[in-house]
Order: sequence, then structure tokens, then C-alpha cells
Amino acid sequence: MAAPVDPLPPAPPSNATAATLAFAACTMLFLPALDAGGVIDHFTLNLWGKYLCFALLALSVDLLWGGTGLLSLGQALFFALGGYMHGMYLMRMIGDQGQYHKPIPDFLVFLGWTDLPAFWRPFEHFSFALLMVFLLPGLLAFVFGWLAFRSRIKGVYFSILTQALTYAGALIFFRNNTLMGGNNGFTDFKAELGFALREPATQRGLFVVTAATLVGVILLLRWLRGTKLGLVQRAIRDGENRTLFSGYATPAFKLFLFVLAALIAAVGGALYVPQVGIINPSDMTPEKSLEAIVWVAVGGRGTIVGPILGAVAVNLLKSYATRAIPDLWLLLLGGLFLLVVLFLPGGLVSLPARLRPLWARFRALATPDPA
Amino acid sequence: MRSLLLLLALCLGGALPAAEEARALIARAAVAKPEAAQAELLRQLMGQADPAIPPLLEAWRKDRLFLHEPAGGAVVPVLLEGPKDKDGAQAARRVADDRPLTDAQGAPARLVADDLNAAAHSANLRRVMKAVLDLTHLSSPDAAKRLASLAAIGQAQELEKLPALERRLTLEPDPRVMKALREALALVRLGAPDRAVRLTALRELEDLQSLASTDFIKLAEKKAIAVGDTGLAAAAHRALQAVERHRAVVDFGGTLFRSLSLGSILLIVALGLAITFGLMGVINMAHGEMIAIGAYTTYVVQNLFASGLALSPFGVSLSLPGLHATGGWREAYFLFALPLSFLAAAGAGILLERGVIRFLYRRPLESLLATWGVSLILQQLLRLTFGANNVQVGSPAYLSGNWVVGDILLGWNRVFVIGFAAVIVLGVWLLLTRTSVGLLIRAVTQNRSMAACMGVRTERVNTLTFALGSGLAGLAGAFLSQIGNVGPSLGQSYVVDSFMVVVVGGVGDLVGTVLSGLGIGAFDQFVQQYSPSVAGALAGVPGIGGFLQNLAQDSAVFGKILVLCAIILFLQWRPSGLFAARSRNLD
Repeated sequence: MAAPVDPLPPAPPSNATAATLAFAACTMLFLPALDAGGVIDHFTLNLWGKYLCFALLALSVDLLWGGTGLLSLGQALFFALGGYMHGMYLMRMIGDQGQYHKPIPDFLVFLGWTDLPAFWRPFEHFSFALLMVFLLPGLLAFVFGWLAFRSRIKGVYFSILTQALTYAGALIFFRNNTLMGGNNGFTDFKAELGFALREPATQRGLFVVTAATLVGVILLLRWLRGTKLGLVQRAIRDGENRTLFSGYATPAFKLFLFVLAALIAAVGGALYVPQVGIINPSDMTPEKSLEAIVWVAVGGRGTIVGPILGAVAVNLLKSYATRAIPDLWLLLLGGLFLLVVLFLPGGLVSLPARLRPLWARFRALATPDPA
Repeated sequence: MRSLLLLLALCLGGALPAAEEARALIARAAVAKPEAAQAELLRQLMGQADPAIPPLLEAWRKDRLFLHEPAGGAVVPVLLEGPKDKDGAQAARRVADDRPLTDAQGAPARLVADDLNAAAHSANLRRVMKAVLDLTHLSSPDAAKRLASLAAIGQAQELEKLPALERRLTLEPDPRVMKALREALALVRLGAPDRAVRLTALRELEDLQSLASTDFIKLAEKKAIAVGDTGLAAAAHRALQAVERHRAVVDFGGTLFRSLSLGSILLIVALGLAITFGLMGVINMAHGEMIAIGAYTTYVVQNLFASGLALSPFGVSLSLPGLHATGGWREAYFLFALPLSFLAAAGAGILLERGVIRFLYRRPLESLLATWGVSLILQQLLRLTFGANNVQVGSPAYLSGNWVVGDILLGWNRVFVIGFAAVIVLGVWLLLTRTSVGLLIRAVTQNRSMAACMGVRTERVNTLTFALGSGLAGLAGAFLSQIGNVGPSLGQSYVVDSFMVVVVGGVGDLVGTVLSGLGIGAFDQFVQQYSPSVAGALAGVPGIGGFLQNLAQDSAVFGKILVLCAIILFLQWRPSGLFAARSRNLD
């Protein structure tokens, strides 16, 4: 059987830098300014903040899938873990303003606890929570990736194992006895670093931080592509064995990229929680990972603009469709995905390049032959 | 001959009252005074098997045994029966001889319930009645009733029932009930005041290894230690050890059986997936929905055999008429549902292969994604057609109940699943090794290009194989409908597990799938059974000990997580599963 070769996505457009900068400026300055001026409502700004977090998740999926050829169904796990770590800090910041007016989170009171469990204690320090946002997902990705890559698990086997990992994570977090809020997760946050989360100004601040992080990640990924690491990464995607036989320790490269992608997803999750105001185990399921993969596929994998575009576009559609046609949304999502995979492997960003020949032919037909 | 006579005498003693018929006794008790005399009379009923006793006592307890007081005559206990006439009067029957009550002229008398006093019953009397009823069940012709009443008597430890139990010892024909009888006897004797009796009871319990007696033996041991009776305490300890040993064996046997049945389910679910993955390298994420299609087909067939089915997909109302079958025909619906669910899922599989997958054969990751899109669509279609809630699929009566082998409960439906898995595996094996289609499938699996060069139409083999894999999923669905809920996301709960089975089993051989399915099932069940007992030891793990201990308490989740860890570690040793397809290809 010949080697299964995925058709390569088209090369990124050369004006990507300009697009990136324009995007950054627009999101960082334009939307919060509009919000402060009262042109758009707080809800809209909040929604876009959520989309930007999803864009981070999409970039993490694409770093592995589009960039390295590893289809990970575990990115939602890292996203949610980052969210949970930040959520623990936010839960501590509720203080005694919960329903039960006790100094420990409500769900612990509900489970019959009177004192804070030991592992919760350090989370009242923001710096510790921030450290854990990186440490826990990073460590998990490192251990899993090390085991998976050293035994050369790849292709669909890798997808299936990451799916099972995510599934196991959700199972653990669904339990009440994990002391992480069980089914309901964390919600009812009050304050972050002393700023009330209800205040529009706080939300604007969070938006700016999210947008800045996104731009930072974009720049990081752009820089990485230009380095030798980026070259090896593409070589692994296009022919892993050849790269291995050329003397590159591909497992080490893949492990580095896997951990990096987990960290990007975790940061996205950490920023997602204060803006959306809730995190629960349903954000940790393999289906969420697959949804993120849909964003990347729709936007265009192997590019930087594509995943962001896809995350925003699909979620805009979702926000609309789940309200207007709730019964048909899943049909729409499945159908969209199917069509993109079958007919538009390069995603939306490849559309101009695909349409150009058609446009040229149309022009040729439309303009009368001078001769 | 003498022993036979003795037996006969005992039989008579057991079956017939010593002096008086049960009815007359109850009639006398109903009018006797004081209450102590009533209780004394009723106690004489103990151990009697007269079928008239339960309804009469029942009527008494429910205030339906009335006292008729004719002017100047003795009080007559009666039961009222038949329809009421316009005055509210009913026909009356004498309790003492079951004859219609007559008035002075000899004509049948009719009485009004509201005019009569019901026979009184104090708490003490009701207790005696219950004791009598328990013992009546002892001689019931129904073995299950006898078992139940023995269990109740044993648990209650009422010494006054001892003589009746001892009488049954010589009469009991059923060995199973006999064992329960000995158990009940020993338990009752354990509550006796006499030390020697208790000692023999403990020896008997040790001999019987009765699981139900654990708490009683423990209590006896505690009491013996409290009064400083070391001999009795030692006997109790020995009995307890014997029971615990037996329990360990039973638990192990039960776990083994559950392992086998879970393994069979995993095997049935994963078999189709393994075949398609082996042949085409395609992981079919819609496999779970193929299972759901099979289960819903069973649901539809069940309803067609009954009173029909009304569906409203997309607001179009669709009503299917039913056959209104009854009895054996209705029970047989499952036999028709099996092939139909195979065909329905196989049809869906052909559509999926022709419509989507064949365009993606050289892109395995994308075929995984495309089939996930299909799975979303199918799930939502099922939800829109059959509703988001679970639907009811009844199991045929012959699948309910248990088969008890030496204290181990084997559910019939689980036994059935194991047998079914064996049949399916055998069938698939025969298909793959003994038919020409199987030959083609194996050829294409081993070397697609070479098979194509030899003239095998690989495209057609793909379609066929995909239909076979999906059909097997449909069969799995028909089965799962018998042991669990049927809902639109039925397949989702099994699909992750079935991927695991395929990954561990490898794609080279059917044997790999069988071993991996059974192995994962066994691992999961044994972890579930024994994880609470190792939870304490896990607390010693540095750093995350408390977390692990807590996790191990929830054995179902812990089992799944350990299975996953074990699989990841297993793949370190064998990256492409138990049986890899050997090839010199390298990409």
C-alpha cells in the first residue's frame, strides 16, 4: 500500500504579515473603544473575547495538525485544564460571598467539607494559579507525548489515544469526589485580581489581554515557521520516516511541538474562563476537540490566518444557528465539515486561489477579443 | 420398611393437623377470649400446609373476617362474598366449614358488611399470624416461595419456628431449598439460649459456607468474646473464615463472568470496526451511529409486532401499522429484528462508503474527520426521528432472570451475550477463511496493490467489507438494546471503548480483536472489583496519594482510567497491537 499522503494546503499568502497586523490593531483597539463609546454592547465584546480564546485553541490544533500532521483530539483537554487552573483561583476570590456565605467554595460546602482541601490552598495566589495554568497541561502533555512518540504511535492511532485521554479526563472531572465542582464545574465568579468581573471595564481589560496574547502567539508561530524547527516540522508532516532517516530525532521535535500546542490551548482556556464565567467538564470532551478541528478545517489548515478565521466564522454561525434553528445546527455543522473535508481541503483561505482561475476565465469571456 | 413407615408418619404429622382442621381452628380462634387464648389457638396452625389458611388469615388481618351474631345464638365467624345487592347485602360463608350461612329456615342468609363487627386483631395476634403464614409458605408447592420464606425465617431468628423447620427437614424434596432450610435452621439455632445448640449451629454454618449469615456469625462472635467464652468465639471465627473464603471464591467467579460478558460486548461492538480498519485503514467515527441504527431497527421491529409506531421526522407525521402479535409471536420479534438490524446498518454503511469514504482512501486522517461529520448528522437525524429521549425496548421473557451456579448469579441476558459473541466470531471467521469473498477481503487487507494486479476489484471489496463491518455494528446495536437503554447517543458510549479494542488487538488477525476485547473486559472488571480494597495502599503514593485513594473508591471510573493507562503502556511494548499486519512498506 502506498504511503497515505494528505494533499498539501496551499502556501500562505504573502501579505499575511499585513493581515496579521491589521487584525491585531482592529481587535485590540477598535472593539474595546467601540464598547467604551457605547456603539456596541458589552455582550458583543464579551462574545468576541470568547471567539479570540477559541482562536487560540484553533491555533493549537493547527500547530499539530496543519503544521506537523498530528491530529490530536486532546486539545480540548488542555484548554479545559488551563481553564480549571485559573478557575480555581477565581473560586478562591469569591471568598465568602457564595450562596452559603462560607469561606470555601459552595460545592465543597454542599459536599460536606468545612475546611479547604490541601491542594486548593495555594490557589489563592494568582501567581501560583498562573504557574499551574502552564505546569499541569504542560506536564500532562509531556508525559503522554513522551510515551506516545517514543513508541512511534502516529496517524489514527495517535488520534484515538488522545481521544481516550480526553475522555478519561472528562470522566475524572465529572466526579464530585474529584473536588473540582463535578458536573457543574466552576461558576459565579466575582473578582479577578481585585477587579469586579461584572464591571465592563474589567471585561474590556480581559479582552485586551486576550487579544494581546493572541497576537503574541501569532508572532511566535510565525517566527517558529521561519526557524530550522519549522522546517523540520514540515518535513515530519510530509514524510516522517525520511526525516528520521536523515538523522533528525523526530520524537523529540514532536514532543516539543505537542507540549507547546498544549500550552497555547491552556492559555486560551485560562483566558476563556473569566470572560465566559463558567468552566465545566463538558468543555473537556473529545467532541469539543473535534469541534475545534472543524474550525481549523473550515478556515484552512497549515496557515495562521485560517484557524483564526475558521474559529470566528464557525462560532458566529453557531451563535446564530443555535438560536435560530437549534434542531438543525448539528446537521449544519456535520454537513459543513463533510463538505469542507471533501471539496475544500484548503479551507476558506484557499478560496481566493481556487477562484482566481475561474475569475480569469470569466474575465476572458467577458472582455471582447481585441483581435 | 420401618424407616418408610416412620417417614409416612412424619408426613402425616407434617401435612395434617393433629386434631382439628385448620378452618375450624381459625373459626374457634376468631371468637375465643381472651386474646392470649386466641394466640394459643393460632399457634397450633404453625407448620400446617392447609391452603385455606393464607386467605383466611389474610381476610382477618384486613378486617374482612366478620362475626355474625344471630339473635340468641352463638357467634359465627363468616366471610362475605359475591356482588352486593341494593341493600348492600352479600352472600355469607361460614369460616368453620366453608358452607353458606343459613338462617333458621335453612335459606341462604345475606348480610350487610357495615352491620357486622370484624374480628379484632391486636399487634401480638398479627405477629402470630405472620409467623403462621411464613411457615405455611414453607410447605408451598412453589420452590421459590419456600426459598423466600426460609430466607425470611433465618434472618428473623425466631425460635418458636424451630419445630416446624425441623419437621420440614425430612420432607423437603428440592436440594436447593434443602440447603436454604439447613441454613435457616442453623441461623435460628444460633439465637438459641443453649450454648451447645449454638455451637452446633456455628459448625453447621461453617459447613454450609452461607453468605447470608456473615453478620449473625460476627454478632455471635462478639457476644461470645463479651462473656469470655473462648470455645464459642473460636468456632464463630472458624465459621466466619469459611464463609469469607467462600465469598472470595464467589466474588472471583462473579467477576470472571462479568469480565467475559463485558468482553463479549466490547468484542461484538469492535469486530466490525476492526474489519474495516484492517482492510481500509479507515477509522469510522460513525461506527457508534451504526450501532444506534441497529438498536433503533430493533425498536421499530418490536413496535411493528405490537401496536405500531407513530413517528414525526421533520414534522412529517408517519404512522406504521402494527401486527398486534401476541404470545410467542410477539416474543419472537427479536429473531426478525436481528437480520433486519444487520441489513439496515449495512445499507447505511454502503451509502457512507460510496458517498464519502471512497474519496478519502489516501487520506486516513481526513476520513476519520469526515466520518465524524457523518456521525453528527446521523445522531441528529435519529434524534429528530425518534426523539431525544431513550426509547423502550423490552427483552423477551426468556432473557430475564438468573442462572445460579454455586451462589454465583449469572444473568440470562449476559449468558446470551456471551453465546452470541461466540456465534458472531465463529461466523465472521468462517466467512473470512472459508468463502471466496473472505479470500478477497484477506488478499486486499494484506496487499492492496498486489491484489489489484491479480484482478481483484478492490473498490468492490471495499464496499462489501464496509457493509459487513457496519452490519456487524447493527447486530451489536440489536444486542445492546436488550441490555441497556436505546437513545440517539447510544453508540457514543461504546465507541471509545471499541477504538481501544481495535488499537490493542491490532489489525492483522481476528484473534487479536478477540483477545483484546476479552482482555480489556477482564482488566476493567477486575479493577472495578478489587480497586476499593487497594485504595488504602494507594494513599502511600507520594504527592498524589490522596487523589488516587479517592479515585479508587469510584471503581467504575477508576477501572476505565486504569484501562487507558494500561493500554498506553502496552503500546510501548507493541506499538501496532497484538497482531500487526506484517509488511515491508514504509512511508
